[in-house]
Amino acid sequence: MKTLALAGNYAVAYAVKQAKPSVLAVYPITPQTTMLEQLAEYVQSGELKAELIKVESEHSAMASIFGAALAGARVFTATASQGLLYMGEMIYWVGGTKVPLVAAIATRAIGSPWSIWDDHQDILSKRDSIWIQMMAENVQEAYDLTILAFRISEDKNIEMPVMIGFDGFILTHTMERLEVLDDSDVDSFIPKRSFNMLDFDNPRGIGTVAGPGTYIKYRHVQNEKMVGAIPKIKEIMSQYEELSGRRYGLVECYKCDDAEHVIVAMGAWAGDAKAAVDELRAKGIKAGMLKITVYRPFPKEEIKKALDSKSVIVFDRSYSYGASGILAADVKNALYGSDSKVYSVIAGIGGRDVTPMDFEKVVSDEIEGSLEEERWIV
Amino acid sequence: MSDEFMLRGNAACPGCPIPKELQFMLEVTGKNSVVVVPASCSTIVMGDDIHGMPSAVPVVHSPFAAPASIASGIKAGLKMQGKDANVIVWAGDGSTADIGFATVSGAAERNEDIIYVCYDNEAYMNTGIQRSSLTPHGAWSTTTPEGKREYKKPLPFIMMDHNVPYVATLSVAYPMDFQAKFKKAASIKGFKYMHMISPCPPGWRFDPSLTIELAKLAVETGVWPLMEYESGKLKLTGPSVLLLNKEKRKPIEEYLKPQGRFNGMSDEMLNELKHSIDITWNEIAARIKRSP
Repeated sequence: MKTLALAGNYAVAYAVKQAKPSVLAVYPITPQTTMLEQLAEYVQSGELKAELIKVESEHSAMASIFGAALAGARVFTATASQGLLYMGEMIYWVGGTKVPLVAAIATRAIGSPWSIWDDHQDILSKRDSIWIQMMAENVQEAYDLTILAFRISEDKNIEMPVMIGFDGFILTHTMERLEVLDDSDVDSFIPKRSFNMLDFDNPRGIGTVAGPGTYIKYRHVQNEKMVGAIPKIKEIMSQYEELSGRRYGLVECYKCDDAEHVIVAMGAWAGDAKAAVDELRAKGIKAGMLKITVYRPFPKEEIKKALDSKSVIVFDRSYSYGASGILAADVKNALYGSDSKVYSVIAGIGGRDVTPMDFEKVVSDEIEGSLEEERWIV
Repeated sequence: MSDEFMLRGNAACPGCPIPKELQFMLEVTGKNSVVVVPASCSTIVMGDDIHGMPSAVPVVHSPFAAPASIASGIKAGLKMQGKDANVIVWAGDGSTADIGFATVSGAAERNEDIIYVCYDNEAYMNTGIQRSSLTPHGAWSTTTPEGKREYKKPLPFIMMDHNVPYVATLSVAYPMDFQAKFKKAASIKGFKYMHMISPCPPGWRFDPSLTIELAKLAVETGVWPLMEYESGKLKLTGPSVLLLNKEKRKPIEEYLKPQGRFNGMSDEMLNELKHSIDITWNEIAARIKRSP
């Protein structure tokens, strides 16, 4: 274990180097690009023994690592925003094929109008693609979740693609102190890949046509596998805690056990929400914060347990236009039938700055009774 | 060479050359091949989850625009594990020349060690005969009811201009030429582009018994020159060797007449089509002349 100071993109690249994928394909896009450059240097210097396919688009980035993953290689790609949308067809194809692979998403708003700044619209647009999705709060978590993503993805009982999200610029370009594992510890944590779908002795068709009589059955089973991954993910996270000393769960409860007013959020601004909780607690207000780390499969039980009978304020950095905050809808779904009161706050879209004071103000308004059921901080 | 690589009873239409073309190819590339198939007629030919597949080698199905990239990844994945195989893309003209063209161009520019096959039936046949950029001038399709006004995209030349090690054109009517080219492709490292004319009875509106006849007439009339480009050098092959001289070509009408898609073509369009073929042959002559 050693301590480094790295910007998020370099921390993820460092984790990727330690996880030793043998095929990478990455296409440049802000704010992910410096990670691609770092990976290219690792490959060039021989620190990472991998083939880096310099593809001509994100669609091809995902397509080529899909091919390599079928052939038995450990693989990785990264993108953001428009790139993730351009990759979209392949994202679903990979999820449908149930192939273990890892992608890091430097979350960013979607055009038009052009915006290179942070929000979560890109990654949440892929929530239905049969991928496991996790969100990082800080650079340390971006590193840890990348290591965990490889381990979870290739687990014999899971074998699914995993996507980690970390906020564009706020994490990708901010240098923070982090602890990294020794290479040998990563080696022992992520066993040699055994997944391989290409068998020349027993040839099969991969992705062959499925009619209306079978397609829905595959999807039904896939959902059962996705939900069934929850206990396994928890188990892997506790193994990681033994190795690293850092605790991870599907959700993180920050002072929410005895809280009466709980902020729910995911990603980097969970840190700002925690600072707000501390301020509110200092004023004698029983505030708390629930951070969602694993977004898909959605940890309904954990959320219900943590939030039952409380005032809940969900902060969304994305929106389902004409409907509601995306995370707010998920949380309401999980709390259906409980007597929690759920408020929705939409903020930080397209990189709009949100500070701990904004979180404090919302909670104060909720206590005063002036918080609308849905509020946009614009 | 007698192994069955494509089992009978598959879902191809009567008279469809696809199974035969695949058989000819796989006889050469062998068991150690994997075929990447984008959305196309071949998706259906390759069976379904209940009845199984006719292919004796692994098949990886691909979204429309992705096969050259998936193949690039398969090759890299195998290589990094110290394995090797003939990684083959088997794509139609729509995937190759239209929606997947950037992908094909990218893989060619990177000189990926794969064999890319375009089986060109000159329209989106699987969705019901819509024009593609490889539909010839004057041809009827459901989206060109009065005949296509544009020329066929000169894809073999475009691929040669990527400076890839090997480009060949093929016709199923000439199995010796066909298999010799695959044999050569399998022996060369880098990107190999194989483009075959693939007559389609329902799409071209001809009797299913005439498939091979049309694949032959396409060559004999000069509509589809058989050629081979290797290390920057272009040469004609098979019967096309003699056809630089226009006099030696059969009249194009012999090729057009059995095909309903050229029925009722105006004289003007016919002349345009002939002109487009002249352009192709002039290009061939110029490229042969400047070959090293």
